[in-house]
Amino acid sequence: MAKQITLKMTVNGTDCVVTVHPFARLLDVLREELRLTGTKEGCGEGECGACTILMNGRVVNSCLVPVVQAQGAVVVTVEGLAQGERLSSVQDAFLTYNGAQCGFCTPGMLISATDLLNRCPNPTEGEIREGLAGNLCRCTGYAKIVDAVRAVAADGGAAK
Amino acid sequence: MIGASSIRKEGRAKVMGTACYTDDKFVPDALHGVTVRSQVPRGILKGIQFGEGIPWGEFTIVTAADIPGTNRVASVVHDQPFLVGIGEEITHPEQPVVLLAHPDRRLAEKARKAVTLEVEERPAILDIQASLDLEQVIYGTHNLLKEIRIQKGDPEAVWASAAHVIEGEYHTGAQEQMYLETNAMVAVVEQEAAGLRVTVWGSLQCPYYVHGALKQLFGLPEGQVRVVAMEMGGAFGGKEDYPSVNAGHAALLAWKSGRPVKVVYDREEDLACTTKRHPSRTRLKTAFDAEGHLLALDVDFVLDGGAYATMSPVVLSRGALHSASVYRCPNVKVHARAVATNTPPPGAFRGFGAPQSLFAMERHMDVCARKMGLDAVELRRKNFLRMGDTMATGQVIREDLDLGGLMDRALEEIDYHRKRTTFAAANDSQNPIKRGVGLAVFMHGCGFTGGGESYLASVAGVEGLADGTVSILAASTEMGQGKNTVFAQIVAEALKLPFDMVETAEVDTDRVPNSGPTVASRSTMMVGRILEDAAISFKQALVQQGFLKEPYTADGFREAVAKAVATLGSVKCYGQYHRPPNIAWNDATYQGDAYPTYSWACYAAEVAVDLDTYEVKVEDFVAVQEVGRVVNPTLAAGQIEGGVAQGIGWGLWEEVTMKQGRMINNQMTNYIIPTSADLPQIRVVFLENPHPAGPGGAKGLGELPMDGPAPALINALENALGPLRLDEVPMTPDRLLGRYEEVTHG
Repeated sequence: MAKQITLKMTVNGTDCVVTVHPFARLLDVLREELRLTGTKEGCGEGECGACTILMNGRVVNSCLVPVVQAQGAVVVTVEGLAQGERLSSVQDAFLTYNGAQCGFCTPGMLISATDLLNRCPNPTEGEIREGLAGNLCRCTGYAKIVDAVRAVAADGGAAK
Repeated sequence: MIGASSIRKEGRAKVMGTACYTDDKFVPDALHGVTVRSQVPRGILKGIQFGEGIPWGEFTIVTAADIPGTNRVASVVHDQPFLVGIGEEITHPEQPVVLLAHPDRRLAEKARKAVTLEVEERPAILDIQASLDLEQVIYGTHNLLKEIRIQKGDPEAVWASAAHVIEGEYHTGAQEQMYLETNAMVAVVEQEAAGLRVTVWGSLQCPYYVHGALKQLFGLPEGQVRVVAMEMGGAFGGKEDYPSVNAGHAALLAWKSGRPVKVVYDREEDLACTTKRHPSRTRLKTAFDAEGHLLALDVDFVLDGGAYATMSPVVLSRGALHSASVYRCPNVKVHARAVATNTPPPGAFRGFGAPQSLFAMERHMDVCARKMGLDAVELRRKNFLRMGDTMATGQVIREDLDLGGLMDRALEEIDYHRKRTTFAAANDSQNPIKRGVGLAVFMHGCGFTGGGESYLASVAGVEGLADGTVSILAASTEMGQGKNTVFAQIVAEALKLPFDMVETAEVDTDRVPNSGPTVASRSTMMVGRILEDAAISFKQALVQQGFLKEPYTADGFREAVAKAVATLGSVKCYGQYHRPPNIAWNDATYQGDAYPTYSWACYAAEVAVDLDTYEVKVEDFVAVQEVGRVVNPTLAAGQIEGGVAQGIGWGLWEEVTMKQGRMINNQMTNYIIPTSADLPQIRVVFLENPHPAGPGGAKGLGELPMDGPAPALINALENALGPLRLDEVPMTPDRLLGRYEEVTHG
């Protein structure tokens, strides 16, 4: 039996302690130990972006992160975007503009879009398309996702 | 309500991350199921060895010998086993042989690799030509999964006298649906007084297909099987037929272990083993008079159907029925065959055979125009179907069809004629970037093919709830296309209620009737129409029973329903599909109304090709379509944009590479689907022409956008580069380089 380690993280503002295999994927720890199943697995190799989260303020594919690297980290998942029942401006725009179809890429896409707008509050269409190119979507052709992000920018950005 | 861009019903849960997909379902004490597969394309299974170093005593192991009912997957043809037994034939390299389950997922994976199979290998058939040549007989007597012939007039009598006779051969590759959520199932099997009770929760398009498959697998009556559709992370046809297989596997493991079992494929397994779009080869021979009127068409359409029939008979049928595209032709002969190969069987994928045959015909029209010295736009215009014309099956066009107007709108949107002129001048320069514009005009039949809808006899209903709201009872599933929202709009419109007073019930076979599979662009038009009827019956029943008086307000309706439920306990009304009186189909002769109606479209693409890298960039894309009345413009546009993106992927980048019958690029890293940076803005235009058969005049639209992009793109490529042998998709840079060298190096 593999050795387990105990580590601490702050996930969506809450301090968490988990005891897991050191090389467990952060994705599995979030989904299985913390039951934050909003973060999805689409490929397991860092290609599709469905497992995108923010770790210490940076966008990462949580399927590629051994949990030992998340010791002490501040993690934000899709469940951390809304304030209670109040959607973030990016979530709200995805809802209004039909940016989510099947919804499976949506959690990762929302995290990437939020991060993009925080770094670049007034992106051009090209910057939006480049900024989201690490998150694959098979339903939308990206049109409504781009519309949603553009609308948030026009309305004052992600922080609003 | 119909015509409003209502917000997606389940959208809030999706953006909050709380929507519950199959693998999100928390199942205490679940075992993880894995599948041991054949790995060789053809042979006889002689034995199974369980290797060293695995605590096999902790595992639940299922082989074909354990199966309690019939070891055949219920489908169009019951030919595919759930598991290959010892002494039986292996017919493709991903065939399930042994199922294993263990509480530790990683150990289950390790154990899967520790099982070895003894196989007496036999020579395999790996492509269409080898199958047609009967190098080996691997299915029936002639390797044919299905053969269809359609005849109108006599093309043979035309060839000798026609001014132009032009032949062409076109190929299309396999395509992976690449839904973001891989195939996933959870199964529980309980021993009840009445006998076994099998329940699965899964990512599946067609609950009653899975229900039928589990009944046959376990030999159980109707009431002992329950199927629940979870939130679904995309499907595109990829979860139409395959879920009958993996649901069976999960249920077998749950039955033998007595514990819940989760079977969730990783991406590599999903890509390698599950169904894809059928590869195709189409040979066309066309005759024209001196002015370019189409006189005769001969179509030889062949699909690679893989090792079992799966959906091939019906995919072939739709392909054959779309093979003459949108043109009037007095003499047509179609010979369509789906042939068996020792490869994992393809299945349903958005478009369902039509993208393959339409690619051939729409590409061929441009080739013919060039060879006859005519303009491709005007050649099409000369031959378009119009009201009163007959299609190849004798179906008469009864609607006021204006394909010329549709095409003109697309030409205008993309500025076709000006671009043709300016690009032609610019392409003569030394600049390695060459530009072109191209188009395709096409249709997609709405609903099941031929007598399919009559055979399904779908049922759907509405139910009043205790709080006075209305619930929709249908087995149609939400895969992102917007079924929850559109159904609610249709019922709200019929009942004159606000949108938020109508919700869809959970898709659970214990609760909802069989409204048929969620496929074939049929949910809005066919099931929506049944719901419209059911809603009106529901309202009339409330009036007749004295609960409701017309006219009413939303509050009045709510009170009436609440009172009816309180008084009667349960208030439901069902509707059923009725064949419209003017629709007839003969499956024996392939004559009649192949579909109740069609959606029509013209797509135009602008491309830029870099002759240093042979990369093709799609610079602009216009999608003009007539889909009857649009129920929800935002959702409908989303369907078109997504379908166009998939069509662009199929046309340019998405290549399934096979070796010895196995997909070897079975990772997202090397099977390339479009990213946001790869696509242009997709400009969507709806021309509305309400059709009487659909709810509020709506027709089907989900598959239509898959049909047009590939021929439009390749026609644009020819416009950019001149007459190359552009007869195949995907036209990857490698393939394009090869075609270019054929010309430049002779």
